[in-house]
Amino acid sequence: MAHMEYNVPSERWPAHPETATMEGKNKFVGFWIFLAGETALFASLFATYLALKDSVPSDDHLLAADLFALPLAFVMTMFLLTSSLTSVYAVYHMRNNNFAKMQLWLGITVLLGLGFLALEIYEFIEYTHLGHTFRSSAFGSAFYFLLGTHGFHVVIGLVWITLLIIRNAKRGLSVYTAAKVNTAALYWHFIDVVWVFIFTIVYLLGVL
Amino acid sequence: MASTAKKQGVGSVLWDYLTTVDHKKIAILYLIAGGFFFVLGGIEAMLIRIQLAVPNNDFLSAGLFNEVITMHGTTMIFLAAMPLLFAFMNATVPLQIGARDVAFPFLNALGVWLFIFGGIFLNLSWFLGGAPDAGWTSYASLSIASAGHGIDFYALGLQITGAGTLISGINFVTTIINMRAPGMTYMRMPLMTWTTLVASVLIVFAFPPLTIGIFLLMFDRMFGSSFFLVETGGNTIIWEHLFWIFGHPEVYILILPAFGIFSEIFSTFSRKRLFGYSAMVFATVLIGFFGFMVWAHHMFTVGLGPTANAIFAVATMAIAVPTGIKIFNWVATVWGGSIEFTTPMLYALAFIPSFTMGGVTGVMQAAAPADYQYHDSYFIVAHFHYVIVGGVVFGLLAGLHYYWPLMFGNMLSEKLGKITFVLFVIGFHTTFLIQHFLGLWGMPRRVFTYLDGQGYNTANIVSSIGALLMAIAVIILVINIIMTLAKNQRVGRDPWGDGRTLEWSLPLPVPYYNFAQTPLVRGLDAYWIEKKANNGKMMPAESLEDFHMPNNSFIPFVLSFGLFVAAFGALYFASGKEWAIDAVADLPQHPWALWVLILGLAITFGSMITRSLKDDLGYYVTKEEVLRDLEEEEQRREN
Amino acid sequence: MKNRWMNAKWFGLITLLAVFASGCGKNHLSTLKPAGEVGQEQFNLMLLSIIIMVFVVIVVSIIFTVAIVKSRRKNLGEDFEPRDVAGNHTLEIIWTTIPILLLIILAVPTIYLTFKQADTQAMENEEGGVNSEETVINVTANQYWWEFEYPNEGVVTSQELVVPTDKKVYFNLKGADVKHSFWVPAAGGKLDTNVDGINSFYLEFNDEDAQNSNRLFYGKCAELCGPSHALMDFKVKALPEEEYDQWLADMKNIEEPVQASAEDAAEGQEIFNNSCIGCHAVTPTGAEAQGPNLTNFGDRDLIAGYMEHNEENLVNWIKDPESYKPDNNMTGQYDLTDEEIDAVAAYLMELKIEEGAGDVETLRESAEEGAEGSEEESSESEEGGN
Repeated sequence: MAHMEYNVPSERWPAHPETATMEGKNKFVGFWIFLAGETALFASLFATYLALKDSVPSDDHLLAADLFALPLAFVMTMFLLTSSLTSVYAVYHMRNNNFAKMQLWLGITVLLGLGFLALEIYEFIEYTHLGHTFRSSAFGSAFYFLLGTHGFHVVIGLVWITLLIIRNAKRGLSVYTAAKVNTAALYWHFIDVVWVFIFTIVYLLGVL
Repeated sequence: MASTAKKQGVGSVLWDYLTTVDHKKIAILYLIAGGFFFVLGGIEAMLIRIQLAVPNNDFLSAGLFNEVITMHGTTMIFLAAMPLLFAFMNATVPLQIGARDVAFPFLNALGVWLFIFGGIFLNLSWFLGGAPDAGWTSYASLSIASAGHGIDFYALGLQITGAGTLISGINFVTTIINMRAPGMTYMRMPLMTWTTLVASVLIVFAFPPLTIGIFLLMFDRMFGSSFFLVETGGNTIIWEHLFWIFGHPEVYILILPAFGIFSEIFSTFSRKRLFGYSAMVFATVLIGFFGFMVWAHHMFTVGLGPTANAIFAVATMAIAVPTGIKIFNWVATVWGGSIEFTTPMLYALAFIPSFTMGGVTGVMQAAAPADYQYHDSYFIVAHFHYVIVGGVVFGLLAGLHYYWPLMFGNMLSEKLGKITFVLFVIGFHTTFLIQHFLGLWGMPRRVFTYLDGQGYNTANIVSSIGALLMAIAVIILVINIIMTLAKNQRVGRDPWGDGRTLEWSLPLPVPYYNFAQTPLVRGLDAYWIEKKANNGKMMPAESLEDFHMPNNSFIPFVLSFGLFVAAFGALYFASGKEWAIDAVADLPQHPWALWVLILGLAITFGSMITRSLKDDLGYYVTKEEVLRDLEEEEQRREN
Repeated sequence: MKNRWMNAKWFGLITLLAVFASGCGKNHLSTLKPAGEVGQEQFNLMLLSIIIMVFVVIVVSIIFTVAIVKSRRKNLGEDFEPRDVAGNHTLEIIWTTIPILLLIILAVPTIYLTFKQADTQAMENEEGGVNSEETVINVTANQYWWEFEYPNEGVVTSQELVVPTDKKVYFNLKGADVKHSFWVPAAGGKLDTNVDGINSFYLEFNDEDAQNSNRLFYGKCAELCGPSHALMDFKVKALPEEEYDQWLADMKNIEEPVQASAEDAAEGQEIFNNSCIGCHAVTPTGAEAQGPNLTNFGDRDLIAGYMEHNEENLVNWIKDPESYKPDNNMTGQYDLTDEEIDAVAAYLMELKIEEGAGDVETLRESAEEGAEGSEEESSESEEGGN
């Protein structure tokens, strides 16, 4: 293999810059495998949650049906789904070698993610006021651990994408940076998919 | 780089190993650290056998005994067996598939340092208020009740090593999928590579449930949640499920690479290709798949009900079929071959009957109603030692002798090796065969003593004598290693003479870039084919040109160290906090703990951000340097 | 050399198995001397699996030994190059199907027995309460002692389980502090005493086998439960049904604590009532107590579950329980002088039930009434089990 040029001129910009290098290919496959592991992680969390759902020490504790409200969860879902879509736009512009638009859409993705996070924090504060806390019951522990782990993933994703925006601001787009952006976008989609399951299993099944 | 590697001071060697991302050096790191923990776990085993040698013994107190058995199991599984297997995987797999390194050299280094720091953290519990004492399974009701910080050391230590293992698993899967040389199709991969692939996939799916289980335990003990506290709605059986959803695949994570090592050895020293290669691959995949569906056979007596027990009983029995296929294929490989009784081959041969016995007792336990009797008795202890010592440890010892020249460029003494073998095998059967009967005679496992007059005396002393033989065998092995390293008689390419797979086609010591030219693979047992067709010269798949290699990095070490520091912070942070579990809340408060936690996390996240912000583009090995190395190698061969 | 050694090893194994099949271990605690239907069924299943497995081991060993003997390089010459064989479909089919057939032979009785031995329908009466026709015992495992409650008769005892022979005995198991496991090896397999809910199963004790082991079997805790896990033994006294009923009636008859007769024992009783009665009851009531019920302590066969039953051991035990059962919950709960301890010990040794004092008829009647009365309570506990 000849010396690899990371800064590919725009006329030779590949259709899939993220997997144009060996490192990029490895990152792509490796990250999918990481996500497989993450799936097992969240599967364990969901199983724990289902086992402990509505498991409270006494009758005066609020249960899932008393707590969860679909409208708020729906708004949160919309925030996250939309952010997934905007990250797709970012990747689309990355593939077209349009750096400025990629940065823009990544920025919008971060803003939507922040919106989601703000709503989630608001929701947690509400529940805490109602006496549903991490320490109040096994149900509470399982609820906050599941949602909290997801929320933590959102935070990591936001920090990650923000750092990418900053670090790439000067460097611009190359097949080296493209792989990084693509990986972050994959991660963001995964977080979104997990949320869809949370919405279904925690909120929908909760209020039913 | 290669020329500077010859004369180095201690400091620069140390720095080299602290920053290395070379899979061959990482293999040596795994070997050293894993070997150290293996000896430590062995000492713990000896303490157990001394305590149980005679009835009513007071060599170890009851509480200390529980700490010793917990640490023996935890150390042997997480800190000895798995890292030692990683050592051989790292040493061989990239070479077997014709790659210059693994897919993620940086993560490879991160994996080894996470394991080392996690292992040290776990073992520091001995000096900091007592080791964990709830068994390596750490069942929730007891681990919640356990006083002091022992269980917290267990939880945090395993979280750190577990992260390292998961990273290594992802790395190997990606390496094997992406980095194979031209012509190295999946169905031409050596069995060692196949078993590494399947075991790594198992790691990816099995470790996250353990991570979650341990988080639940940590949160309950340290942060006031109530996953396992029945009075606030918790349920301790969740721990058992999560632990065994990890724990059973873990057994296959250990045994499959050992199967891989044995497959290579049988074929090499029978001078014959592996019988039924495709059946072997199929059986490996099938075992990995079934491995996830049988966890509840560890829980037959928990009271899951007859339906669950029956389903898991039948699923467990089913695993015997692919395992049987493997055993018969190995025997058929030996059949009609030309056997050379080298030390690795002796271990492989002894493995067949020993592991078969471990396997059949496993099937006996699958019969759930009979397992009500075996469960948690010495029968189980005998069974899993037959599988893990007779399978995994034999595999490790075989692999150690077999791959030693590949890793160090010299040969372990065959004479001492055979003495070790004889003592170890006799000691092993003496120790564990009799334990089956102890279990059937009603002796529960994990007892710190037993009473006189229950008929357990003779069997226990026999068992302890066997353990002594194994200890002597290990001491001779250590002497062998030291003498071999001191003499350092170099050997050249293909030291066993019958090497079949790509790793043996390389000059010894293996150049840091492995292959001057990526080889072209023309079939199963790629090197053997070229021995027959091309006088042992691999056909290159590319012209000789500059090629790309990754940079060394100190970040993996610093990142892991940060987690090590943070773990202390997290551990002492909970001390004396009113929300923590009673066992922890009664301890004195440590106001500095929070700052240690923040400092540790800052180091870790700082390392991650540094890594992310810097461009790490690697460097190029020039054509001239490679040509120079090739000439040197040519000269050495002539001398 | 090696092969001879291998053969010797397998010979050894077969011999050992022969010894094993003819029975081994002690009558009162070996799984190989089953003393009842459950244990016998499990033993038969063990035998079946052992026969199949020994067959497998022998076949593998023979083929393996032949393979090694035939293929030594020393005999074949250094340069011998064996023919490469990729595989053989017929062979592969054979060694896949034969194990499957063997496993089916094992799987059928396994499934049958799994369901049979989990059948505890008879424990409940039609209303979901405890069936007064059957022998039902509630077992509560504590660090490191056992409590046995006879819900039909309203009798509580500890450490020494009394059961009728030649009759199914049903158990409800639970753990009070951490998880333990209830195991009477001679009678059958174990079942865990979870802290999360109640597990139920049954055992049976043959009268003939009971006689062979002096009517005493050993029970053990089989799940690591703390430092003294090894010492969490109990005894099972298997009596013919009439004697068992009489024992229950005698226990039931003790409505007031047995009064001390000897002088030091009387003194001991007073001390006991001041220092010990908070945890230890001396009437056969009050399930789920803090400490073992001592109503019939004088009749028992072991001190602290594992020491020989004499006053000296008892005194030592009360003086320093920590050195006999590390981490037990009794240590430090009282402050008694040596003389006081001697007196308490004297009192405790006098705690015997009067044989034949109770009336079996009344016991039966009250059991039936009780079953109806306690319906609600029992159905609640059943729910916990699920």
